[in-house]
Amino acid sequence: MQLELLVEKFQKKDQKAFEELYNMYGDSMQGVIYNIVRDKDTAEEIMQDVFIKAWNNSASYSPSKGRFFTWILNIARNAAIDKTRSKAFKNSRKNLDADYFVDILQTSESLDDQTNSIGIKKFVEKLAKKCIEVIELLYFKGYTQQEASEALDMPIGTVKTRNRNCIKELRTYVLE
Amino acid sequence: MDINAYIDSGILELYVAGVLSESENQEVYELMSKHPEILQEVLEIEASVIKLTAATSSGNKSRALTLIKEKLLFKKEAKETKVVTLEKPKHNWLTYSGWAAAIILGFGLYWTLNQNNELQSDLQTVEIERSYLETQIAEARTDLEANKKLLSVLRDKDIIAVPLGGQGNFANTYAKVYWSKENNEIYVDAQGLPSPPPGKVYQVWSLKLSPLTPVSLGTIDNFMQDENKIFEIQNLNESEAFGITLEPAGGSESPTMEQLYTLGVVAATP
Repeated sequence: MQLELLVEKFQKKDQKAFEELYNMYGDSMQGVIYNIVRDKDTAEEIMQDVFIKAWNNSASYSPSKGRFFTWILNIARNAAIDKTRSKAFKNSRKNLDADYFVDILQTSESLDDQTNSIGIKKFVEKLAKKCIEVIELLYFKGYTQQEASEALDMPIGTVKTRNRNCIKELRTYVLE
Repeated sequence: MDINAYIDSGILELYVAGVLSESENQEVYELMSKHPEILQEVLEIEASVIKLTAATSSGNKSRALTLIKEKLLFKKEAKETKVVTLEKPKHNWLTYSGWAAAIILGFGLYWTLNQNNELQSDLQTVEIERSYLETQIAEARTDLEANKKLLSVLRDKDIIAVPLGGQGNFANTYAKVYWSKENNEIYVDAQGLPSPPPGKVYQVWSLKLSPLTPVSLGTIDNFMQDENKIFEIQNLNESEAFGITLEPAGGSESPTMEQLYTLGVVAATP
């Protein structure tokens, strides 16, 4: 089914469309959330909140504002980051700033079960640190271009082109 | 526009990351719908990012979905509870509207009964008024008949009018007798007499003058009740004069001369 149609149905509170979208983006959101909070139970909790929020606020999405994936990705990142800022979370967790998504990929046991695990493993092995950093900040953490340029200490334009090249490389491994 | 240069700029990767401004998002959206190459590029970038992020997933996606659906009260998982939750407001709605209808009906009935009672009592009042008016009309008719008759009597050419003047202590009183010899009747107009004291009645006498012989024509027992104070009395005598005295109730054998109120002589027959 066309994504546009599916999203329209979802916005009209179609439960099947919701489930389909969940199956399409659920793992991805879970990954983003887990990368931020680094706790399975917390991640699952946030995951539920994110999709419930998406369901309740579906009317606020408009295709002209961006991809549906990007819209829900924003909800997920914000929810996870909000969680890390809460007092209870801070007290129970260490500083996570040094961790990158690559750590999860390298230690994950379930990765072998993923359809594209081989491609991603290859990608991670070969991936330069500069790619890991920029992808981490722009996709997993939701940094703006400006914030990423400051964090990585490089010009904005460089962030843009480097990101382009890193994603291009990723595509060659996962999309055959 | 150089589409390849646009794609190579890296803006589409930022578009999927969600870091572009609102106007840039709008621009990409419009270009995507115009140029399939751009759309294709966006779809591939998105797909690769989804796969990468999904690879870091830790949890059980389907378990989370079950919980989400429970929280959102979706059909399958929440079928029984949904029935209950739907049933309740439905029931409440029915109950409330049922009670409302009952109350409205109750008030309506009460109002109707009240109206009915009011109408009934109104009707009774009207009935009473009507019968009262009927009585009045009947009385008026009777009075009219009597008055007409009286008038015709008084106008009769054969009638003899005898004025009775006040006597002694009763000089300021008066009366009149209209004598219809043909019918052997007199009509006594007692308008000029005061109301008799309790236990007393006026008695009408027919008199022969030589020798003075009074004959009682009867007492006026209904003086108080009669409105026009004209009393019809039978008179078979060859009267020469008429007199009225005040007598104890029931009348007297002969007139009490001290209580002679009025007296009048019949004018000589021409």
